[in-house]
Amino acid sequence: MSKRRKLTDLILKVLIWLFSLITVGFLAGMVIYIVSRGISGISWEFITGNYNLYKGETGILPMIVGTLLLIFTTIIIAVPVGVFAAIYLTEYAKQGLFVKIIRFGTESLAGIPSIIYGLFGYIFFKNTLNLGFSVMSGALTLSIMVLPIIVRTTEEALLSVDPGYREGSLALGATRLQTIFKVVLPSAMPGILTAVILSMGRVIGETAAVIYTVGSVARIPAFDKLLTSSVRTLSVHLYMVALEEADFVSAFATGTILMIIIAALNFAANRLTRRFINGRTKGLGPTI
Amino acid sequence: MKKKVKIDVKNLNLHYGTFYALKNINMQIYEGEITALIGPSGCGKSTFLKTLNRMNDLIENVHIEGSIKLDGNEILGNIDVVELRKKVGMVFQKPNPFPMSIYDNVAYGPRIHGIRKKAVLDEIVEDSLKAAALWDEVKDRLNKSALGISGGQQQRLCIARTLATEPEVILMDEPTSALDPISTSKIEDLCEELKKKYTIVIVTHNMQQAGRISDKTAFFLLGELVEYNSTEQIFNKPKDERTERYITGRFG
Repeated sequence: MSKRRKLTDLILKVLIWLFSLITVGFLAGMVIYIVSRGISGISWEFITGNYNLYKGETGILPMIVGTLLLIFTTIIIAVPVGVFAAIYLTEYAKQGLFVKIIRFGTESLAGIPSIIYGLFGYIFFKNTLNLGFSVMSGALTLSIMVLPIIVRTTEEALLSVDPGYREGSLALGATRLQTIFKVVLPSAMPGILTAVILSMGRVIGETAAVIYTVGSVARIPAFDKLLTSSVRTLSVHLYMVALEEADFVSAFATGTILMIIIAALNFAANRLTRRFINGRTKGLGPTI
Repeated sequence: MKKKVKIDVKNLNLHYGTFYALKNINMQIYEGEITALIGPSGCGKSTFLKTLNRMNDLIENVHIEGSIKLDGNEILGNIDVVELRKKVGMVFQKPNPFPMSIYDNVAYGPRIHGIRKKAVLDEIVEDSLKAAALWDEVKDRLNKSALGISGGQQQRLCIARTLATEPEVILMDEPTSALDPISTSKIEDLCEELKKKYTIVIVTHNMQQAGRISDKTAFFLLGELVEYNSTEQIFNKPKDERTERYITGRFG
């Protein structure tokens, strides 16, 4: 019996190790493959240069600018809307049919293929509201797309705040709004930052919805037309150079830069979260 | 010596949905005394405590009838609960300091009620922490997180936080049930001290605690106020058989 138990134990352990290795292995393999094929294409001119095939320029600076522009515009629109919606759903709305319908709606929204958001953004923001192919059209479209992530993640974060904090604050004579802004939201901040990171990830990786709304003009927009110009994001660029120009060196180099940007954004957001938590638990030692 | 009635409860009935939680409670709580509420779990004593600062408002489907007067003013119905909770503070079962510094915890109440001047806040923080017998232990680390001090210290911090809004009544919901004996006795000593300035209503599961610190004791059972009298009477010569059986430990 004991021998058999030891054997099953061993087999399970090996399987667990094996599967973790497969997971990590694939990921590492992919990263190494992309970087090794792309690294030869990366140079200072590549990162800081303009893109103009007629002049033989293949730099991706316009795409880096376009990607960051689209990310920040989307986040600035989507985060306040999503966070306030989550506050309404968890703190104010009477839990009942209405809230259930909204929750069902947000969850369904999360499952819609992005091309449909693109189509909607194309018809509504670009054509009907006459915003044209522009960062604004794209940011509005992508905001709708990432809203479910922000609402759901923020809701979870708000619900996981110790109910004792709410009670304690209200019992001191704080209003509901004061309680939310001074105690509940700060405690939920790490969760909200997670929502922001996830949203940024979706914006960075999106192509279909972006081509339909932001367009693909590979130029840095003029400073007074940042939101009204069409730009090209790195992901869209990757798609175009790979499929339309069959320039795989450029494609993998772009992919490498894309991964670096994602890693940097994650790192920054992580640091921000940690600093925030430390600020609120100073003197607790390294455990938290 | 005739004491002044601080809180006057008349014909109080409370339903949670279809559950009849408080049945026609009539009770007068006197100023400057410690009133203990005892009874088995689910008897309604905590629910009763929470009607005194309207914390039951937070729960859906609560229906309250009757009258509760604080200094002669009705507190049920359409009143400013913010003003009420300023006058009637509350300390909870589980210490619940906010995840911020010790200083900010105590200054939280005064700040939300509009006090901004640093000098004034400093004074309130110091006075409140002294009144809660915590000042000497934390004066050197006011800017450190409140989550880093011990459970007993956290509970005294919560008392200090309550005192900072200058309440008249302090409600305590089993304030020592999560604490060790030494911390418990510190809080009990503190209650003795606080009753000179404040009216205290305390829910407790600990019979000895009720006996040690309270002036009056109310025994609740299944939503009814079975007996309410001086603590001495309740513990030595209870009038109701059920009270006697409960305090001698035969059920509960």
